[in-house]
Amino acid sequence: MASITLQNIVKEYDDGFPAVNDVSIDIEDGEFVILVGPSGCGKSTLLRMIVGLEDITSGDLLIGGDRVNDKPPRERNLAMVFQNYALYPHLSVFENIAFPMRLAKGKFTQEQVKEKVERAAGMLELTEHLQRKPANLSGGQRQRVAMGRAIVRDANAFLFDEPLSNLDAKLRGQMRAEISQLQRSLNTTSVYVTHDQTEAMTLGDRVAVLKKGVLQQIASPRELYEQPANLFVAGFIGSPSMNFLPGTVSEGSTGSTVLSTPLGDIELPEQVAAAGREKEIVLAGIRPEFFEEASQVEESRRGRGSVFSAELSHVEWLGNEQYGYVRYQNDPRVADALANLAADMDADELRTQLVVALDAMSRIRGGDTAELWVDTRRIHLFDPATGENLTRDAEAGAELTRLAAEDRRRDRERAAAHAD
Amino acid sequence: MNPKTKSRLGWTVVTVLVLGYSLFPVAAIFATSFKTPGDLGNQTFLPTSWTWQNYEMIFVGDAQGLFLSALRNSIGIALIATFIAVVLATLCAYAIARLDFPGKRIILGAALAVSIFPVISVVTPLFNLWRTIGLYDTWPGLIIPYLSLTLPISIWTLSAFFRQIPWDLEQAAQVDGATQWQAFRKAIVPLAAPGVFTTAILAFFIAWNDFVYGISLTSTEAARPVPAALAFFTGASQFEEPTGAISAAAIVVTIPVVVLVLLFQRRIVSGLTQGAVKG
Repeated sequence: MASITLQNIVKEYDDGFPAVNDVSIDIEDGEFVILVGPSGCGKSTLLRMIVGLEDITSGDLLIGGDRVNDKPPRERNLAMVFQNYALYPHLSVFENIAFPMRLAKGKFTQEQVKEKVERAAGMLELTEHLQRKPANLSGGQRQRVAMGRAIVRDANAFLFDEPLSNLDAKLRGQMRAEISQLQRSLNTTSVYVTHDQTEAMTLGDRVAVLKKGVLQQIASPRELYEQPANLFVAGFIGSPSMNFLPGTVSEGSTGSTVLSTPLGDIELPEQVAAAGREKEIVLAGIRPEFFEEASQVEESRRGRGSVFSAELSHVEWLGNEQYGYVRYQNDPRVADALANLAADMDADELRTQLVVALDAMSRIRGGDTAELWVDTRRIHLFDPATGENLTRDAEAGAELTRLAAEDRRRDRERAAAHAD
Repeated sequence: MNPKTKSRLGWTVVTVLVLGYSLFPVAAIFATSFKTPGDLGNQTFLPTSWTWQNYEMIFVGDAQGLFLSALRNSIGIALIATFIAVVLATLCAYAIARLDFPGKRIILGAALAVSIFPVISVVTPLFNLWRTIGLYDTWPGLIIPYLSLTLPISIWTLSAFFRQIPWDLEQAAQVDGATQWQAFRKAIVPLAAPGVFTTAILAFFIAWNDFVYGISLTSTEAARPVPAALAFFTGASQFEEPTGAISAAAIVVTIPVVVLVLLFQRRIVSGLTQGAVKG
């Protein structure tokens, strides 16, 4: 077990393309860090540099305080789970799991190997499959064999390269939970690469969001969600995505400050408004669940938000909630910024429609005009030119990440107590 | 008749035709090898009386010296040439499939060019060169030109085969604590074995069947392989063609080929990589 430190890591390919650009991350001992981003953001390259399968162009990589830039993978004592599992097809499950120990000649006796493999197999529910070949296993079982191979080694850290992307949705949820519990109980430093923001949010102690090789923000999932550093992070984290509504901050008729949007004026609390007052135009980041049907909002909360009316084009009912969609005319001044954002996120062109989370009981249908209430205190304003979050409260964000670290410490103590 | 049985019937007919076309000459030689000299010209397919006479002649009779030494030469030279070709081609193909180095395409292109180069145009200069440097009528004198035939095809088939083996397996082995060589030996070689066997068989057949080099670069029993030696068989008198003996020898040299295919048929199992990665 060890900490992993990345200092100004750069990966430049022969053609001068920087796949990873000046990334610095401190990963504490026992921490679970997720590298997330759209395809081509350099997350896998970064992971492969940590494990030693890719050369580091410049910067320092420290594992447990030792610089390992020039060490081959076998000397770094890291275990990796590959996207396609990379099981050895000619070996049985038992031998697959035992493979790392067989390579460390003389270090383990036959009995030790047997005992360790059987313990790992027991943990991963593979005991009855030990004599089978990988070809005869299901996707989830292969995944578990790959994890078994990682955990028998007492490695310094686990590295996961999109381990769940080949599984179907149901199995993915199940394996996600298993990986999370396994990591907590073993308390091994882990780095996990994914493009799936749900995996990132559910698994990580901290999540590093990358875009085109540049680290955008590294923070606890809650901080990313509540206090995103910029437009990209805000758009990437959360499902459905945050709405970005163009608007101008101005003084309203009643003396309050309002945001004039294509959907009408939304009254803003002073601290939000202050951040956007200087700008000619801003993008208001509003998550779908910030909205509510006005009639459902209790009187006491009503004052903390603003009400406007809009015609829903259609609604989607999902059982536990429903989403309403509102079309609006986009402002040409932000069209470029939004098109770039869509390209960065690997998405199709962002639709100029607002997604609104409604109560599952609501009888509103497409075509109805609804009175919508929005929680204006949680709105973030972004500068369309730079993407910067103008309303970010760094202190509140840091507090969220600090709380997450505390949670992790508690988890670890509980796991340790459990083990005794 | 439903379409399924119809298509099956069609395939059966085609198969029988192809089999007949390709196996008839073998059957004819087989029958001829059991004929007595008097039977040879009687224009029947089967011998009127079956005899081991021709086989006796090449193994213990007059043609013994010529045939047995040629058989020894053929087996030795073909095996050595195959072995060298497969070892070199394995390393070469591995590098081509895995590493990025300048000149990679040139190697593949040159290999292809060498393999389509007509043998007959090389043989005369080689004859002169070999005589000068003392390789004429020796085993190495045949093994070296055979490598020019077997290496290109080995490199091509093996590099195609190596490309199919997932890169990740080797990297996984390296992360698991293997050196580059161990990763190659423990993760790649077992998977490549079927491909290597296939290649070895192909290479062996090429070396085994060669005639042009065999007849041009040898002059005595020191190195002359079977296909060339067949041309030197003589009949009982100068007016008699040694057809029976040649047929018998031809059948004998066909046997290793058939045995090899039957033996290694099982090893040439594809799909061994199944399950390594999600397919």
